[in-house]
Amino acid sequence: MTIKEKERKIEELKLKINELKLMESNEKIDFTDQIKELDTKIKDMEKRIVNEMTPWDRVLVSREQKRPSSLEYINEIFDDFIEFHGDRYFGDDKAIVGGLASINGMNVTVVGEQKGTDTKDNIYRNFGMPTPEGYRKALRLMQQAEKFNRPIVTFVDTPGAFCGVAAEERGQGEAIAKNLMEMAGLKVPVLTFITGEGGSGGALALAVSNKIYMLENSIYGVLSPEGFASILWKDGTKAQEAADVMKITANDLLSLKVIDGIIEEPVGGAHKDFIKVAGRIKEVILRELKELQLQSQEELLDHRYARFRAFGEFE
Amino acid sequence: MQIGELFKKNLKYIELSAKAGEDREERVDSELPSIPDNLFIKCPSCGEKLYTEEVIENLNSCNYCDHNFRIGNVNRLMIIADEDSFEEMDKNMTSVNTLDYPGYLEKIQGYQKSSGITEAIVTGTCTIDGVKVVIGVMDSNFMMGSMGSVVGEKVTRAIEKATQEKLPLIIFTASGGARMQEGIISLMQMAKTSSAIKRFSDAGGLYISVITDPTTGGVTASFAMLGDIIVGEKGALIGFAGKRVIEQTIKQKLPEGFQTVEFLQEHGFIDTIVARKDMKKLLSRILILHQEVEDDN
Repeated sequence: MTIKEKERKIEELKLKINELKLMESNEKIDFTDQIKELDTKIKDMEKRIVNEMTPWDRVLVSREQKRPSSLEYINEIFDDFIEFHGDRYFGDDKAIVGGLASINGMNVTVVGEQKGTDTKDNIYRNFGMPTPEGYRKALRLMQQAEKFNRPIVTFVDTPGAFCGVAAEERGQGEAIAKNLMEMAGLKVPVLTFITGEGGSGGALALAVSNKIYMLENSIYGVLSPEGFASILWKDGTKAQEAADVMKITANDLLSLKVIDGIIEEPVGGAHKDFIKVAGRIKEVILRELKELQLQSQEELLDHRYARFRAFGEFE
Repeated sequence: MQIGELFKKNLKYIELSAKAGEDREERVDSELPSIPDNLFIKCPSCGEKLYTEEVIENLNSCNYCDHNFRIGNVNRLMIIADEDSFEEMDKNMTSVNTLDYPGYLEKIQGYQKSSGITEAIVTGTCTIDGVKVVIGVMDSNFMMGSMGSVVGEKVTRAIEKATQEKLPLIIFTASGGARMQEGIISLMQMAKTSSAIKRFSDAGGLYISVITDPTTGGVTASFAMLGDIIVGEKGALIGFAGKRVIEQTIKQKLPEGFQTVEFLQEHGFIDTIVARKDMKKLLSRILILHQEVEDDN
């Protein structure tokens, strides 16, 4: 049974419980035992769903159309968000949003990759695949944050940087590279949440950060499982197998120290209880910013340098 | 010395690594992957028939149109470094299988055997017309020059050495991008190398990035595009996404000359482009123009 099928089964069981409850009140029959039994069954199935989730299941959840987008999180978590547009060179990329916000009285700069919430919106947002203008806008806003000594919070959710002629012409590689280099030198705390897909360099370009958290069902990898399978096995249809070997789940990445923590999601994914997930992210932001702001500029920079300097094993 | 003599097999010039040193005869042969074992070859760029010996003497470039055949890092260093000046760093560093990817180490060993080098980059110090520099040369013969932990670490150490010793840094890039078999750890090398360049740059260091054929993916999106000066070798491919991926995205054939250094220069991303035979002279001139003028007083 796939996750979706299991979820459907759970919905069916829940409906059955409601029916029983209705019959109880209408016809005065006692179904307490039956309801209890169904309830246990649901709990069991939910537990099994979580335990049995394969990396590919998580890929699917991370790409779920209903999965909350960066703007939804930003509007829910922050008290006052003003969106700012444009890279001041060429244009305004709709796949990256950013601006000024406050959280419990603290001013921050927020930047996030933005997928669409429906098909029309997805076309407007280029399916969350940023162009060089998006990365340059992000960098402009982050450097503005540095000037005014505000911490930076980024949200990562992209299948990857956009691959197209215009993106190449305007220096997609240069834009990403510049972000990596300049983020390394930001003198303010940088905190990142990977909320959906963390697709390769397009994700990393917003994630050279002091602390990085992932939602339980988000993924982060060197490439999409489809791309990985197509490069290594010349067969893009083997994405499921690729997901198994790539180590792209939050748990894998925590043990590889790529991320610092995992934010729990309700069974089925963040969209099942968006408010709760947003609340958990908010808690982490408040806790982490409090800690990071105790560090001096030098400590912040050294911490970020050491964090990325440590990656790599060799003989 | 005649340029051609550089490529005679018995010439003792640069000792690469211990592992490579053992079969250096094979090494030099494998340096010429694009040139078949024929007397004549056809230039893929201008279509002229070329006498193989002459191509080799011409630094593996076409005598008519300066088309550059791909060369490995031994040949590259012969062209760029002053004789006997190259001292290699981290000679024997090799990969481990961090993600337990099936067959990865066997693949590495296969490439070590066929290419004669231990990884996709050599790094070290050398002089160029007498100016000491830290140099890194990538080699697409080794797993398409892909960047995993070893490439990332060697590049980072080279940058850190240049920072500490206040030397100019030159990196010749040639890479298919991040090494898939090391997954996310390969991706992290992009952040690692770029962070090191930030510190080098803040310390006032001069970094010349030289784009050679082919430079794509994660290397383009990190240290290749971060040079203070970005030099292109004539005709070299440079891009972020692979051509196939873009064609699939836009469902159209790509125009000729797309993703070459000439194309990116036209769009404002490459400082200058030179033929292979003029590369050393150009680098040397740039280095000299960065030397501080000595105060006579």
